[in-house]
Amino acid sequence: MEEKSLHTEEPRDDYAAKMGMWLFIFTEILLFAGLFLVYSVFRFKYPVLFHQGALELNVTIGSLNTVVLLISSMTVAMSLTAMQKNNKKLALTLLFITILCALIFLFNKYIEWGAKFNEGLYPGSELMLKLERGHLLFFSLYFFMTGLHALHIIIGMVILSIAFIKIRKGTLHIGKYMLLENGALYWHLVDLIWIFLFPLFYLIT
Amino acid sequence: MNTIETHVTSYKTLGYVLLVLLLLTTITINVTSYNLMAWNVAIALIIAAVKGYFVMTYFMHLKNENRVIRAFVIVVLSLFITIFLITFIDYLYR
Repeated sequence: MEEKSLHTEEPRDDYAAKMGMWLFIFTEILLFAGLFLVYSVFRFKYPVLFHQGALELNVTIGSLNTVVLLISSMTVAMSLTAMQKNNKKLALTLLFITILCALIFLFNKYIEWGAKFNEGLYPGSELMLKLERGHLLFFSLYFFMTGLHALHIIIGMVILSIAFIKIRKGTLHIGKYMLLENGALYWHLVDLIWIFLFPLFYLIT
Repeated sequence: MNTIETHVTSYKTLGYVLLVLLLLTTITINVTSYNLMAWNVAIALIIAAVKGYFVMTYFMHLKNENRVIRAFVIVVLSLFITIFLITFIDYLYR
């Protein structure tokens, strides 16, 4: 990093900030690891019902969301590159595209979940409780894991929006951009989790 | 102030990584539509792992990251794999 901000900024430790973000990311990975483990065990116990459950999910929307998230992951990484090259305008544009992608993802999720809700399939619904055990477990895990992931999308979106506002205001700049870097790391984590969720729920049928 | 050395990842590299990721996604979707029995799971997970590797190495800048953070990542992933193995050894041989 350039030492431009040496005399003007409050004392800070960028390395510690990044290390802290990574430690947080590890706890997130282990949180989802626990859920993946539960998924694997039940899939192992109820292979046929999990297979049937996966057939009922919308692969098109799932695939579309995968592409949207991958693109957004690249744009946020490029936004950081732009910031490091002191290209504020490009950084803002790329960050805006990232946030837009997050909204598209959530909109698709709304359509996908909405369709299931219309069929009467949602956690705690009568239809859901009547399902066979393996089926019930599949859909419970589906709603819980994709729901938890969607919550992460919302949190990531908020963090990136704050970064966006700060860049516009000029409080986030080439001499101090840790928020953008950590926000981007968080966004890549969200992408990383989806990379595993997508084949496990939608594809392996 | 504690400054850290930064490696700026070029736009070109990031663009190529996205292309690779999209290509791998297409492959997974097509491959898993065939019925290859247990291989479907294996192939899908291997491709997901490769995608994860690309995201962590290039997007998350682990390639040029400090050794301590890289070591941490390996420890966490090893822990993850160990827990999986132990659980499945239990379920398979119970």
